[in-house]
Order: sequence, then structure tokens, then C-alpha cells
Amino acid sequence: MMEDWANLALDTAVARGATYADVRVIDVRQRELSTKNGQVGTLVEGESLGLGVRVVADGAWGFAATDRLTKQGIEKCAAEAVAIARASALAKLHDVVLAPEEPAVDTWQSPFVRDPFRIPVDRQIDLLLEADAEMRKVAGVTVAETGMVFRRLEQLFASTAGARIHQVKMQSGAGIVASSFSKDELQKRSYPNSFGGQHALRGYELVEEIDLVGNARRVAEEAVALHKAPQCPEGTRTVLLDGSQVGLQVHESIGHPIELDRVLGMEANFAGTSFLTLDKLGTLPYASEHVTVVADARLEHGPGLGTFGYDDEGVPAQSTDIIRDGLFTGYLTSRETAAAIGEKRSNGTMRAESWNRLPLIRMTNISLLPGAWKLDDLIADTDDGIYMETNRSWSIDDRRYHFQFGTEIGWEIKGGKKVRMLKNPSYSGITTEFWNSCDAVCSRDHWTLWGTPNCGKGQPMQTMGTGHGAAPARFRNVRVGIAFSR
Amino acid sequence: MAPRKSKKKTARKAAAKKPARKAARKQARKPKPAAKAAARVKRGAAAVRYLVPRSEIDRIVSRVLKFSRAEETEVVVDATTDALTRFANNTIHQNVAEQGISVSVRAVVNGRTARASTNKTDDESLARVARAAERLALLQPPSENLLPMLGKQKYPPVARFFPATAAATPADRARAVVRVVDLATRREQTTAGIFATGVSQSTLATSRGLFAYHEQTRAEFSVTFLDGGSSGWAKANFGDISLIDPGALAESASRKARESLQPREIPAGRYTVILEPPAVLDLVGFLFYDFAATAVEDKRSCLTGRMGKKIFGDNITIWDDVYHPLQAGAPFDGEGVPRQKVLLVDRGVPKNLVYARGTAKRLKAKPTGHGLPLPNEWGEAPLNLVFAGGETSTDQMIASTEKGILVTRFWYIREVDPYRKILTGMTRDGTFLVENGKVAGAVKNFRFNQSMIEMLASVEALGPAVRSAGEESFEMVVPPMKVRDFHFSEVTKF
Repeated sequence: MMEDWANLALDTAVARGATYADVRVIDVRQRELSTKNGQVGTLVEGESLGLGVRVVADGAWGFAATDRLTKQGIEKCAAEAVAIARASALAKLHDVVLAPEEPAVDTWQSPFVRDPFRIPVDRQIDLLLEADAEMRKVAGVTVAETGMVFRRLEQLFASTAGARIHQVKMQSGAGIVASSFSKDELQKRSYPNSFGGQHALRGYELVEEIDLVGNARRVAEEAVALHKAPQCPEGTRTVLLDGSQVGLQVHESIGHPIELDRVLGMEANFAGTSFLTLDKLGTLPYASEHVTVVADARLEHGPGLGTFGYDDEGVPAQSTDIIRDGLFTGYLTSRETAAAIGEKRSNGTMRAESWNRLPLIRMTNISLLPGAWKLDDLIADTDDGIYMETNRSWSIDDRRYHFQFGTEIGWEIKGGKKVRMLKNPSYSGITTEFWNSCDAVCSRDHWTLWGTPNCGKGQPMQTMGTGHGAAPARFRNVRVGIAFSR
Repeated sequence: MAPRKSKKKTARKAAAKKPARKAARKQARKPKPAAKAAARVKRGAAAVRYLVPRSEIDRIVSRVLKFSRAEETEVVVDATTDALTRFANNTIHQNVAEQGISVSVRAVVNGRTARASTNKTDDESLARVARAAERLALLQPPSENLLPMLGKQKYPPVARFFPATAAATPADRARAVVRVVDLATRREQTTAGIFATGVSQSTLATSRGLFAYHEQTRAEFSVTFLDGGSSGWAKANFGDISLIDPGALAESASRKARESLQPREIPAGRYTVILEPPAVLDLVGFLFYDFAATAVEDKRSCLTGRMGKKIFGDNITIWDDVYHPLQAGAPFDGEGVPRQKVLLVDRGVPKNLVYARGTAKRLKAKPTGHGLPLPNEWGEAPLNLVFAGGETSTDQMIASTEKGILVTRFWYIREVDPYRKILTGMTRDGTFLVENGKVAGAVKNFRFNQSMIEMLASVEALGPAVRSAGEESFEMVVPPMKVRDFHFSEVTKF
């Protein structure tokens, strides 16, 4: 059925004058569950089926999407895409040119052990309620929250060049949060990460492995204990970040600046541009020699939210060096933009939220490769520093220079030991100065492919999941504490 | 990263009780007050083709209610048609349109409730989604806080469907873009932006006889001008496309970009700031959930322990008012309760919160028509904030300032401390030094870390309140503000 709909859309687009067209037919199924203070909050299942047609006509782009999957509905949609392309041509400076790509005919499925949609909902709720109850056993917890989300996406990509790519992706995520209000202060702790926990291209086995119940008590106790912890000092310090915070630091200060559409000004009105102008490719010392970052969408990198067989232009998943031993070496590209940096082929990063959105250059898995340090050794090697865990706030300017992050909890390190808890940790800096101050990255034993499920970009806004492999890392001479200075 | 508008996106209608499947079907065939009001607006033929026919919505509602075996059933049908023309580097580079429908069914069985949704509207799919909601509901413990669904309600009329907006074509949008590009080309600048138009239809019905329908249009134009290393920005959002003047917005963005050339760096610190309405909007928009009774009950509102106390200045008065002529949205909430105008802050004193039905019962208050669709853990939220304005123009604010910063807008605002309500973020697209009553050139952008409670206690002057559009908060009615001691903590490189 999907192929029939795709063929009808492509045939209509060509008949109306498109010189190139591709179509994505997507069938999404989703389940969301949450609890708050012992009560089920959200309990929702949803499905959405539709197609989006992208065309080039008169040398310009048009896109239309519909969920009316009748012959009339699909023909109307494809015809509208062509009409829109002709309108785009009214403000055209040059014709769209796409880098060549061999049309693939293939199937790809993300591996998983246990289908989360086959796990009874009541069993999933029981697990969440058990974690919820564990958190509330700790005096001082004012709100206990838990959640799970599962998404199965089946997609057919077809193009007038002959591509026919069928992919199925299964995504799971889960997490818990304990909040504690006392007098004039609200503290919280999340596990295994903020933003709903950990998310990956996996099945229910992810939920079972992260052991929400087993971590609930600790998380709750830390949330309450933060009230009595001293404030994170203001000044310049050595900072150690846990893997999840390193992952978000990579996302904001490396992942977004390397999007070539941003660099070329295509996102100037909303997400912004990038300090990484084209002259910096191959010349900018982005980071210290301890830092190597890749964009890797291949399954062998891991089951991240940026893992797939093919991107939404039909380009196979690839691995691209972004920073090699500190030197800036690569952007994220598309078939339209690759030529801007002299590449003959896209490195496969065009992704769309669903059938009703246009593919954009998006992060895949942007990962900091592991170093050699064991975390205990790194702490022991730190005379005076602060170890910060789990993101709480994040902000960066529209060219991705100046950032500020807050985390849920910090630990003061003195003489190679964690000596006491600190509340309200924060740090700030300039992207390249910060990454050049990195002098240690922990080993693969500490490395996790974190999932960021809520990356926003584009107009209309699209929310995308991205992956970030990261291990704890150390940074010198970092400004800390200014977020709370009075 | 995370879009902040999710609660608003999920917020809308919803519903109520049992006996009335027949009544609901009958109700579904009758024009409703809101629909009557909308129907008074004459529709052009071109506009009508963008709407899902009422007969089709009625069919979907009646079929779901027929298929449902639950004790109570709620049906929400959302239909949208949106188009967006996007330009950058003085050319249209993305140009999209979409139409879609969502049918969401909430079932109540044995004191339990759950929701399932689909975008397939054939009988088999509608029967399946009804079954799915029933099945999910049965798989959970009983809810302590579940109320019977609502029956028939009356809503004040709102007319928010504008045929000219619905009828806008890709060529119409492209022609407006061409004029903006021409301006950029003439001035040797580069422009980027969007021109979007859309129609949405929202229906909420229950097996107890409630039937609520709302339709509205939306037009939005946002434009950035780049001039060497500088930028300027302007944006407008209205239901009526005729209120949007792309040329004037482009002129403003172009001027700001030119005036922002060669910004100088001045030290971070506490400054008097003059905040244009989009800058105000994107800051105060972070307060909206603090006015939810559930947030205060959960002790995660900055108003916890502060209700009835004077924490803001005398000049700060805030309502939630969906009926305000500059507001948008339906006259009913996610449970089908008629929305009320609520005085949230009266001359600096937080006076009232908003309540969903369940929250109101729990806290012995009255529902205000701000409930989010059930089931949810958030309760309610005010989505139509209106700030009282003043009479001081932005020019007068500048003229009265010895030293300060004029801010066009903020960017990437996030909450640092939920109780002190400290927000962080950056200035963007036009940040200027004011000296001796005059704009004295552009300055490099600042990072701020500023408590909203302290800021709203430090407002020295207000201008007339306008409908404002930003990127961090949904549209509200806010005035420009002059604020003392605003905390800029660091400076970036541009």
C-alpha cells in the first residue's frame, strides 16, 4: 500500500512538471505513560499515517503533506507541492542543484529485543508507580514523577530517481524526577537524565536495564539533601562534567554550529547562524588534542536517536569526522549544500520529524570519542574542582559562541576527593575557549550514547531526537556560579 | 532544543457526561454559538475549501460515540491546514503546506480514564481508536480525581476566522517575499524569514451532550535582515492577514541591522533597560504556568507562599482573557469548560489562580476554564495573558534615560531557578546603548541572569499594550517596559 501511494504521488508530481520528486510515507505509533505522586498522569496511545511530497519544479523547492490517502487526496497533495515550487521560483536566485546519490532499494530495521508495545500497559504502569512510591518514601519530596515513551516509525522513501527505501525504527525512553520544595527553594534530581530520562533506538530492554526503582530512593534523597548543601561558589575553577552533561555540551556547542544550513544563513531568522564560517574548515583549533568528535548515524556506533539506515533524502548512514584531535574537520551536509564545502556527496544528515515536515540538516549521533581516564582516577588527579551532574538549564547565543549551563547537583573536589555536595551549580564560557580547556576525557567504560529527544529547529518547528556519545570530562579555568550571583 | 510551547499545544478542549449520545449527535447537527459567530463572517469560496466540512466533523463525532462502549466518551477532532513560505539569502528556500486531522478519544470506564488518537477517519479506524481508549483505561488503577464529563455548555461568541487569511496562496506569500527581498537588495543587505498562514478547527464533544466547536485563522510574518556582521528583526502574528504589513516589518528590521553595525563592547553589569514588546513577551511568558493552581499545590510555582502579597510593582496588573480583541483561541478549555477572564495580578499583588475542574474540586475552588485535556498531570494553565499597559512611548522611555540598554528581543531563554524565577538568555538582533536620552549606537550582545519577580518590581514605565510575537513564548498582549537594575552577567563576541 505504501509503495502504491508513493508511486501515485511521484507520478502526479512528474505529470505536473516536477523535474525531481521524493516522497516519504510514514506510519507512526506512540505510547506515553506518566505518573505524579502515586497517580497515573498521562496515559495516551496514538497513531498517525500520512505522506509528504518534496519536489523541484522550475528549479525551485515545493513541499506538501497530507493524511488524506485517497487517490484524490494524494494527487491533490502532489499537485500542490508543484504549485508551491512554482511560487518559490518567483523569488529564485539560482536553480536547485543536488549532489548525486545512487538511488538505493533497501530495507533497514533498528534492532530491539523486546517490543515495548507488546509489554502490557498495566505492567509498565506498575513499574512507574513502584518507582514513584520509592521516591515518596523520602521525607521532603514534594513531587515524584515518572514517565515512559515509546515510538515505532515505519517509513517508505521513494524518489523519481528510483530509490525505494523501507525503514522501521523502534524508540524507547524512560526516567524519573524527584522535586523538593523547602522554605524558599525548589531542588530536583532526575535519573538517568533530565528531559524524560534516557532515550535510545531500542526496545523495552532499555527500561529494564536502567533500573528506575533501584535508583529512586537515591535520587529522592539527593533532591532533599540539596537544600542543606552550600551554594556553588562564583569564580574560576576546574570543572568535571558527568557524561550526560558532556553530551548536552556537545549538542549545543558542537552539534548545532556544524549544521551547514545554519552556516550558510538558511536558519538566520529563527535558530540563528554559526560562528563556524567556511574559512574555519580544516584550520580552526576547535578544541584541545584530547577532543575527537564524530557525526555517526551508523548502527555500529550504537542505537542512538540519530541512528538510521538512510537519511530522509535516501543517503546511507555515514560517519564523518567533525573534530579530529582538536582540529575542526567537518560539517553536517545535505545533497543541496554539500557542494558549498567542495564535497561531491552529502554526508547524510537530512531528517524530518514526521510525514508532515520537510527534511532539514539535523544532528545524527554527534559523539565525543572516549579517552583513557577512569573517573575515579580523574577525580583523584584533581586537586581543586567541581564535579557537575545532570543538566538543569541550558542556553547559548544565536551564533553558538557564548553558553551557560546549570546542573542539578555538584560535588566539591579537594585534594583528589569528592568532599561535599554543592547546590545550584552553573558554568559559562565561549565555545572554542571551553573545548580548548579540556584536558581529560574518560574511557569507554564510562561512555554512554545519550539520547536528546527534544531538539527544536526549523519553521514550522520540528522536534528531533539526537544522539550524543559522551563520557565524563575535565575542563580547566572555567567560570562557575555566575547564574546565581546577585 | 526543547520547544516551550508544548503545554499550549496540548491545551485545548475536552468534555463530560453520560446519557446523551443521542443528544450529542443532535447537538452535532445544530450550529453552535461559536460557530454561529464565526459564520457571520462572510467566507469567500477560496477560503471554504481549506475547511473540513462540518458534516464530516459531525460524522466523525457521531461514529465514535456510536462505536464507544465506555461509560463516558469524549471526542476531540482537530483539523489544520497550514502553509509556510520560508526565505533566506534573498531567495525562497523552503516552501511547505500541510493538511491533517486528528481524532482523539477519551474513555471513562470504572472510574478510570485514558486517551487514544488517530488520523484515520474510516469507520474501522474510529472503532479501533474507541476500543483502544477503553482498553487503556481499564489497565490502570482508579483515578482519585476523576469527575463526570460535562454536558451541554454555552460559550461566549468569538469570531476569529478571517477568509482572506484562509485564502492566501503560495503566490500571495511569494509576492510579499519578493518585495522584502527587493528592499534587501537595494540596501545591499541579506534577508531571511517566514510568511505563514493557516486555518484550524477544533471540536470537542462528549457522550453527555457537550458539543464545542471553534475555528480560527492565523497569519505570521517574521523577518531578519543581515548587514555585514549585524542583524535586525521584526515579527507580527494576527488572525487577520490584513493586519500584517510585511513592508513595514522589513523596513524596521533593515534599519535595526544597519544601526547595529560595528557594535562596541561595554561591560556587563546592572543597567536600566528599555524592553520592546517582544523582549517583554519572551520573558514574562515564562510565568504562565506559575498561575496554575496545580503548580502552587505542587509547590513548584514561584507564587507558592506569595499569593496575596505585594511582590510586583503597583504598575503590574495581569489578566488571562481569551476574549480580549488582540487574543486568539477557543472560548472553551480542554474539558469543555467555558473560559473565564481571570484577574491574576492586581497592582502588584497575585490575586487569583486558574483551575481545571479536578483541581478546583480538590482545592475547593471554582473551575475557571483553563483545564488541559485529560488525562494529564499538569492540571491547567492560562494561555491568553494580557498585561495592563501604560502611556509612555518607547521614545519617551529613551528620552528619560541617562544610561541604559534598548533591547529588541531576547533569545534562548531558560529557567535557572524556579522559585526566585531567575531566567537566563541572550539579547539578539538589535541591542543599543542609550545615553543622555538618545540611542548612542549598537553594543555587543549580553547574557542576562535576571529574576522575574525582581524585574516586575522594578518597572519604571510602561507603554501601550500590544499583541506581540516572539520565539520563546506564545503570543500575548504586553507593553514595552523600562526596567531598572536589569542584570546582564556576561558579553558575547558579537
